Formats: sequence, structure tokens, C-alpha cells
Amino acid sequence: MREILVISGKGGTGKTTITAALAASGPAKVIADCDVDAADLHLIARPDDTATTPFYSGQRAVFDSELCTQCGICQGKCRFNAIGSGVRHRAELCEGCGLCAYVCPAGAIRMTERLCGEWYHSVSRFGPMVHAALGIGEENSGKLVTTVRTESGKVAKEQGLEIILTDGPPGIGCPVIASLTNTDLALLVTEPTRSALHDLERIAELTRHFRVPAAVVLNKADIHAGLADEVRAWCRQANIPLLAEFGWSDDCTRAQLLGLTLVEFRREAWLPVFESLWRDMLALTQGGQPLPA
Amino acid sequence: MQIAIASGKGGTGKTTLSVNLAARLCRTGHTVTLADCDVEEPNSHIFLSPAWTRTDEAHAPVPRIIQDRCVGTDCRICVNECRFKALAWMGEVMDFPELCHGCGLCMEACPAGAIVEASRVMGIINHGTADTGNGSSLRMLSGTLRIGEAMSPPLIRSLLEEAASPPYTEGIVLRDCPPGTSCPVITSLEGADYTILVTEPTPFGMHDLRLAVQTLRLLGQPFGVVVNRDGMSAEQEGTVLDGWLLEEHIPVLARFPYSRAAASACAEGTLLIDALPETTARYDALWKEVLTQMTRATGGSLHA
Repeated sequence: MREILVISGKGGTGKTTITAALAASGPAKVIADCDVDAADLHLIARPDDTATTPFYSGQRAVFDSELCTQCGICQGKCRFNAIGSGVRHRAELCEGCGLCAYVCPAGAIRMTERLCGEWYHSVSRFGPMVHAALGIGEENSGKLVTTVRTESGKVAKEQGLEIILTDGPPGIGCPVIASLTNTDLALLVTEPTRSALHDLERIAELTRHFRVPAAVVLNKADIHAGLADEVRAWCRQANIPLLAEFGWSDDCTRAQLLGLTLVEFRREAWLPVFESLWRDMLALTQGGQPLPA
Repeated sequence: MQIAIASGKGGTGKTTLSVNLAARLCRTGHTVTLADCDVEEPNSHIFLSPAWTRTDEAHAPVPRIIQDRCVGTDCRICVNECRFKALAWMGEVMDFPELCHGCGLCMEACPAGAIVEASRVMGIINHGTADTGNGSSLRMLSGTLRIGEAMSPPLIRSLLEEAASPPYTEGIVLRDCPPGTSCPVITSLEGADYTILVTEPTPFGMHDLRLAVQTLRLLGQPFGVVVNRDGMSAEQEGTVLDGWLLEEHIPVLARFPYSRAAASACAEGTLLIDALPETTARYDALWKEVLTQMTRATGGSLHA
């Protein structure tokens, strides 16, 4: 079983558009959305949810106003500003550490299980899909990401599918780290902008840190010729294969409006491009070099 | 005055709006600090080329175990109380600092005084100034998370503590926030007087805007929306977004039309107000609208 993760460091580079087009081409696969904080892949894949499971992680303090004497000890001790004036609990800032419950002399605070979101086993027109939604303002997205990965692995095994294709979260923090560890290939989507190049350098450093092989796709390559050259030069120098380049295209937005992948929107133009990208990615996950174009 | 610039989705133009608004306010005589809270991917310095005058390491508190004082196997209160598995019993108390949230419970709970507070490096905080022309200079604060560090909120909290201390307390502080709706965003929005949500008129933009709106409503903080790349998609989608904003009584603070020239200038790392001077009036109008909406939201008690 091989896991291919699409990430970008910076948001807005076209990660989900490219993941969706890869979902609609290449070998049979399980698709997973690990961007649990702002999941968008389902807007294109439009899966039917077959099973919804609540996701509990960590704890949250619950205050009993009858027992509370307003002594203010908890407020003084909480390091997360989660207890406001008048000993008012601000649940959205609560880390669930339990310090307040520990120090409360009146026993007015207890810790309860925290519902952080839910995850779904679904069926899409591209095959089975596992995705999730983190509750607003909730933490532990890393654990929810890990749940999505574990579940997509189970589905792949059950259905005898060799490939898991995952849409990753932005950034370099907890959700990305949870998505990246022990994956077989990270496909880094970038664009020719100063910001994206800066973020590409940081995300590539993260893939090295976790020893995950990486490859690059340059999206919107024609919006700035000079910076596109810089991206190409950077890939050569960093020894990361640049597998494909796409020009800026209206098709992306137009396909999105119809809830379609690029491959479905204009099959003759896009299918060969993504089939070729699949060949290169599969070659890389087998430890080989990308096939010549 | 603390103004946050946020969006559910990445790539909608938060940083573009932050840097241009900051530079424009600065040029028109305001005292402005730009705090880049997107510590995973800080980008505002690319547009403003600040001279960094000071770099501090940012630390998060972690426990240090004084083994001589530890009561040992009969106690284990710290191990049992830690909800983040940052302490474990392996013949003696072992600490796993990367799992620690720095809550301080173990120190509070240890009956033997065997745990003291130490710290570990989360990343760095840069202080600097950017010359925005006309002799005006913009104050900048930017955090950079160490590669491999999972938790960004402690670093964001340190950054915002800096932004709430002199000299930054004077004038306007603009916070360029990270994308999403989870803990890093909540931390970045905490205590802001007003939030500008940036969106684009596409299904992805609209979906993520709904989540961002829910976040602001959960926090009970006032906000308005900027529609970026207006007209980039078919007319129908623009109508869907506008209809929804109207229905939800969400003020539209400004619209920035989709423009290939603007995209190229942003790619280059150039300020739009320099590359396309006609956009300057839009930033001025945006700021005027933010002040109007803030006054409305705070019941007219605003003093800028």
C-alpha cells in the first residue's frame, strides 16, 4: 500500500483542485481529506456519507455555578485566559488541562470528554473516501488527521486497493506533521510567487525532517516568468523532481463552480496531463526515477 | 486598536490586504504595527522588506524534574494528572517536552516540590521597521515557528503579548492571521477589536467563509467581509455570495476586482498600492468602512 500526500505550505496554490483531478485519473484508490480544518475536497467529490462517527479528543472543564464561590483561584492559575472576569468559562480557549479542576477548593469544576468533530466513511464516484470536519475552534486536529489516515488504511486493506491519495492541510504545524509521517510521497504544489517559494522551502525542509520523499508541481506557472524560473532552479538545487507545470486556467474556477474535477470538465485536455503525473508519482514511490516525458 | 485579518481558506489574499492596508495607513500619518501571526508560513516581510532590529527566541514553559526530590513510585500524581502524556513513569518520572502544553498542573500538583519550570524554544519573534516611503515607517512583528514544532498557539500568544506591550500599544495593530478555524486562528483572533474576513467568490471560498463566520460568532467578536478577486468566476457565483452575505446581515467592507496585473504584482512581492496606484482609493475606503462598522458594533464608543 502506498500513500501519496498533496501539500503546499501556502494555501490557495491549487492543492485541492490538483488532488481532485488526480482522484479522477490514475489507478484505483482510496481518497482521503486530511485538511480537517477547512475541508474542500468533498465540494468536488460530492461523496455520499455512509457512516458518520463522532470524534472525541481531550477534555473540557465544566463549571457548576451552584458550587462556585467566585474565589477566583482558577482564574489566577489558568494560563490560557480561558476563565474570564467573574469566573466565566471561555470554552473556546480551554486546553482541557484540568488545572482549574485540580485547584478549585469548592469542587465546582469537573472535566468531561470533549467532542471535537466527526469523521466520515463515504462513497464517491472516484472510489471510497474518508474525510472529517473539525468542530469550530477545536484543537487536536492532529489526532483527527491520524484517525482519517488510519481509517483510509483500513478501507484500502479491506477493498484490496493499493493507493491512498490524500489532500493535505496547509502550514507546517500539527496537522501537516500528522499527515506527513510515514507517507510514501509528498507532492508539493507551488506557484511562482515570492510567498509560495518561501513556503515551499519551509515545507520541503519539513519533508526532509521526516524523511519523506518529495516532488513538486508548479501551478499557474505563467503568472510570473521570472519567479517560475526561480522555482525550477530551486527544485534542481534542492534535488527535488519537478513533475509537472500547469498554466493559469479559467478551467479551474469553472470546473469548481460545476462541482467537477478538471479531468471531467475537459477530459481531452486534462486527462493525459494527470495520467502522466500519476506515472511519475508511482515510479517515485517505487524508488525509481520519473519516466521521461 | 487591534484589527485582525483572517479567512477560513488560505490563498484568499489575507497577507496582500494586510501589507497594503498597513503601508497605506502608515503613509497617511497613522502609527501602525503589523503583527504577522501566521507563524507557520509568515509572508508579510516579503512585501515590506523590513529591517529587523531585534530577534528574540520564543520559549514555552515545560517542567523540569528534580529527581532527588521526587517521592517516586508511591506518588506519581504528576504522571496521572497530566492529560497530554507529557510525563511518564519509567522507573522515574520522564518528561516529553514536545507533548507539553505548558499548563503548569504538574508543578502545582507535585507534593514534594520536585518539578520546576524550565522552557524550550518554540521559534523566534522578530521586531523591525519597514520604510513605507514619505518618511513614514511601519513597525513589524513576526513570528517564525521552528521546523518540526507541532504547536503554534504558544508562539502566537507570545507574539500577541509583544503586540500588546509598549511601544506597540500606541496606534493601530493589524494582525495577519493564519488560515482555518482551529486553535491557531482562535489564538490569533483573541481580543481583537474588529476582524476583516477576506474571501473570494468561488465555492471553496464561500464554504470556508461560512466556517470563519461561525468562528467569529462563537467568539462574539464583530467582523465584516472583503470580497477579493471579485468577478473571477461566473456572475452566478457572485450573486450566491452576495445573497448569502445580505441574508446573514454581514457587512461588505470592500471589493477588490480580479485582475491579472494585481496577481503578477503580488507574485513579485510588490505592494499593490505602488504597482496599481488606483487601488489606493479602495484601501482608503476600506479603512473608512472598518471604522464606521466598528463604531456601529461598539455602540458608538469608539476612540481611534
